[in-house]
Amino acid sequence: MTFPISVNVNGQTMEQEIDPRTLLVHFIRDDCRLTGTHVGCDTSNCGACTVLLDGEAVKSCTVLAVQASGHDITTVEGLAPPDGPFTPIQEGFRQEHGLQCGYCTPGMLMAGTALLNEIENPTEEQIRSHLEGNLCRCTGYEMIVRSVQWAAEHPDGIPVEIGEGS
Amino acid sequence: MIPAKFDYKPASSAEEAILLLQEYGDEAKVIAGGHSLLPLMKLRLANPEVIIDIGEIQDLSFIEERDDHIAVGALTRHRLVEHSDLLRENVPLLAHAASHVGDPQVRNRGTIGGSLCHGDPASDLPAVVLATRATLIIRSQTGEREVAADDFFTDFWETAVNPAELLMEIRFPKVGDQPWAFQKFSRRAQDWAIVGCAVQHGSNPGIGMINMGSIPVRSSVAEEALRSGNAVIDVASVADEGLSPPSDIHAEVDYRRHLARVLLGRALS
Ligand SMILES: Cc1cc2nc3c(=O)[nH]c(=O)nc-3n(C[C@H](O)[C@H](O)[C@H](O)COP(=O)(O)OP(=O)(O)OC[C@H]3O[C@@H](n4cnc5c(N)ncnc54)[C@H](O)[C@@H]3O)c2cc1C
Ligand code: FES
Ligand code: FES
Repeated sequence: MTFPISVNVNGQTMEQEIDPRTLLVHFIRDDCRLTGTHVGCDTSNCGACTVLLDGEAVKSCTVLAVQASGHDITTVEGLAPPDGPFTPIQEGFRQEHGLQCGYCTPGMLMAGTALLNEIENPTEEQIRSHLEGNLCRCTGYEMIVRSVQWAAEHPDGIPVEIGEGS
Repeated sequence: MIPAKFDYKPASSAEEAILLLQEYGDEAKVIAGGHSLLPLMKLRLANPEVIIDIGEIQDLSFIEERDDHIAVGALTRHRLVEHSDLLRENVPLLAHAASHVGDPQVRNRGTIGGSLCHGDPASDLPAVVLATRATLIIRSQTGEREVAADDFFTDFWETAVNPAELLMEIRFPKVGDQPWAFQKFSRRAQDWAIVGCAVQHGSNPGIGMINMGSIPVRSSVAEEALRSGNAVIDVASVADEGLSPPSDIHAEVDYRRHLARVLLGRALS
């Protein structure tokens, strides 16, 4: 038995009949064809699947797509327009090398976006505690923290001259 | 991992959810935030045939001041509890403990009612409900009943909420300026407690323990020692008395007993 859902994904309404057991992350990746959202652990521990649900960070491997019906979802593809400038957090990850393999990055960007929406100028401790639900196996987190700090310091996202401030 | 097939029935009110529960009986489960139920369903440890979604029932999400207590709706998410000024002022132990549940993503989805109805002795909020001697309001088709915290947790992952009932709200007595403390010992950020304790001082002090039994339990022996005015070291030394902590990959029984004494000592200092 299927169930009709209507989800606003990155500003676009997706209407569909769906098997109720479909996880939000599979709806996003397989039905919306937005593969920026990753599945890391599939057990709600790693945060790679983090998206914004009505502006709040959630792990989309632990939400049913039917639970998102009537709500707004933002994925990593919804951050910057296709040919537009990066958002501050994306630019921050570029400036401060906040990624290596990049697997955790979409989740980090979404959790970081939620953090900066809530706290404009977070302390290092606040950054670390807000990213507690996101695991990275590469960077050792230092560069990720610096990337978020960069974004907080550059709310307009304009990059500094290469070499400056790093 | 994908859950087994189920029928999905969204409920727009508590009444509707209870009617659906009656209709589908044992085959049905309600889902609130889904952060305990969905992981179990993905592992196929729970295979309900019907899922009744109560997540959109807005009037079960509230934090209200009423005379001598603060009422918290069952569907109130951990994040709202954590940030509530009303709770920080009147039941600070609850707001603080909620900020230690999982990580931000978990707190954005998980609800206080789901956490309590799951009845997991390893989770944080049952200890707070015991320490503050809260009252739980349960509704069935025939009406509402009040259950004391001590009668709520009945067996491993079992509570006083019957299959055709809903937990509606939890009433926490205001504690004013009475001191409180929360200790949670885990090895990594975001982890569940290996052992923890929640302490609420007052005329009838409460000490709720995390992961010190097959159900959420209070340390009655330590509470009695505290009431009798014993020194901290003496109260802490009986933290585990009369309790039967589990042994698992995270810790053995003796280590949990040791942790309980150390953590209660810290909580009281
Ligand atoms: C990665 C991760 C880490 C976590 N870490 C912690 C932690 O450190 N500490 C901690 O305490 N918890 C932790 N949790 C659990 C979290 O607190 C859950 O939110 C909570 O246990 C369940 O709340 P829920 O709303 O998601 O309930 P659900 O999963 O929707 O439901 C849980 C159970 O309660 C029943 N139920 C729910 N609401 C009602 C109601 N109103 N009336 C009757 N029955 C109801 C459901 O049928 C189900 O059986 C963690 C969870 C995850 C995924
Ligand atoms: S894939 Fe969802 S938390 Fe890891
Ligand atoms: S950059 Fe590889 S997991 Fe984070």
